[in-house]
Amino acid sequence: MRREPPQRLADYGPLFFPAGMLIVFFVVPFATMIAVSVFQREQGGFYTPAFVFDNYARFLSLFFGKVLGFSLFLAIAVAAACVVIGIPFTYLLSRSPRKIQIVWLVALLSILSLSEVMIGFAWSTLFSRTAGITNLFVWLGLMTQAQALTPSFGAVMTAMTYQAFPYTVLVLYPALVRLDPTLTEAARTLGASPVKAFFTVVVPALRNTILATLIMVFIFALGSYLLPQLLGRPQHWTLSVLITDQAIYQSNMPFAAAMAVFLVLVSLALVGLALYAGQQRQAK
Amino acid sequence: MTALRRLFFFVVGLFLALPLIVVAGVSINARQTLAFPPQGFSLSWYGQIFTNPEWRNALIASLTLAASSALLALLIALPLAWFLWRRIAPWANIFQLLGVAPFTLPPVITALGLLTFWATTGFYGQPWTAVISHGIFFVTLPLVTLSLGFSAIDRSLVEAAATMGADDRVIFRTVVLPLILPYLVSGYAFAFVLSLNEYIVAYMTVGFTMETLPIKIFNALRYGYTPTMAAVTVLFLVIAAVIFGLVARFGDLPKLLGAMSDER
Repeated sequence: MRREPPQRLADYGPLFFPAGMLIVFFVVPFATMIAVSVFQREQGGFYTPAFVFDNYARFLSLFFGKVLGFSLFLAIAVAAACVVIGIPFTYLLSRSPRKIQIVWLVALLSILSLSEVMIGFAWSTLFSRTAGITNLFVWLGLMTQAQALTPSFGAVMTAMTYQAFPYTVLVLYPALVRLDPTLTEAARTLGASPVKAFFTVVVPALRNTILATLIMVFIFALGSYLLPQLLGRPQHWTLSVLITDQAIYQSNMPFAAAMAVFLVLVSLALVGLALYAGQQRQAK
Repeated sequence: MTALRRLFFFVVGLFLALPLIVVAGVSINARQTLAFPPQGFSLSWYGQIFTNPEWRNALIASLTLAASSALLALLIALPLAWFLWRRIAPWANIFQLLGVAPFTLPPVITALGLLTFWATTGFYGQPWTAVISHGIFFVTLPLVTLSLGFSAIDRSLVEAAATMGADDRVIFRTVVLPLILPYLVSGYAFAFVLSLNEYIVAYMTVGFTMETLPIKIFNALRYGYTPTMAAVTVLFLVIAAVIFGLVARFGDLPKLLGAMSDER
């Protein structure tokens, strides 16, 4: 059976259901959201069709600027932390025996799929006064008294790194498995230490992969909405938290939609950049 | 070097395991206190998930939602992946892109889009809207595994069947389906586990009328702590580990995750 362009209407048959579902339940909701973002808000959580940019104009406030700045900063910090730990880890994992790789992959997938609610709950327990890690420090004599470590920026940052780390490894994994092992072997034969070979051969060969991964993890971290809420103070809220808050608790759908549209634009620009970096990698 | 490597793996493993160890510890506390190391031993909090009507309903809601939305995701992904593999139609790749988009963008965007959509159409809060919402949100997973499965099929096999007079329907049933079955199962498994754990889309679409387990835990967290949350977390972790373990046992997990191990 040769692969050929569809000729008769029946050839398009398999496409009808998937295309219909995706258009009705993804494209239309997306368009609805964009439409709502320019609607006029009414008292009591309702909104009426209009064409106003008031909701976007609110972005120009100092409060919004602070939230946006913090969201971007937090996502960058998380992405950097994940990639710095993730690259050597994934590199070593890709050079491990297959059985060990599979055990780690299963563990990483299980943690990656764990609900953000549960990750937040687990870290709030670990950072609590009564059941937390500080009890261990007291027992070891490092601290005199157990204390709560939440809410704090460190707690948000740690938990988000925890959440994004498995994702980072899984994004890096295919590229690192395919990395030609003779590259490092050559470096080793020529007298480079393993660490030196890693930094002078592996890292430069993966420059575009690393850039693409940083961007992917950045977007992933940008989507975190519960951890800043559960483990941080209100000043640690991100754009995702703010969108949820406006949509559900403040009943201001138009403003929430406007922020979501803005977040889409930021994410799409970054995805484009990541794809571009990925293509540069293949072109080499 | 080996010692250094072991140490590095150990530290990363400890970081990943520590919160889960503590959660497992507090889930067996005898009394309803948040204490670690656990004081006393009791499995009653695990029993609570199945005996307490509130937790049991949330569990049933979660399992039903995950099972049906993963099925819907599969029903959308399978014909699409088949069409893209069977036909030369570059423009149809737009649907592949649409299928991957909800998963690439921050989830709050899909959630808000669906919330405005269901509110506008007047179906907001109906339990079945969550099934459709999750089905669309997680269509990426079966779509990616199935695309991988189709690309691994040797086209000459299919050509042979066609030469012998089999039409598309027969080819699909007798040649293609058995070959992509592992990818079908793993695509379903990924979508199932992720739907089970998903919070924001479920919350924004049916959060006020139906409680899934993640929603239940979040709501319960506001009113204070109960060890049942810890028990549910451990239960979900075990479910995920068992399912992914089975996928690894009967399929090629490194290949599914993009390693292409058979090429080398």
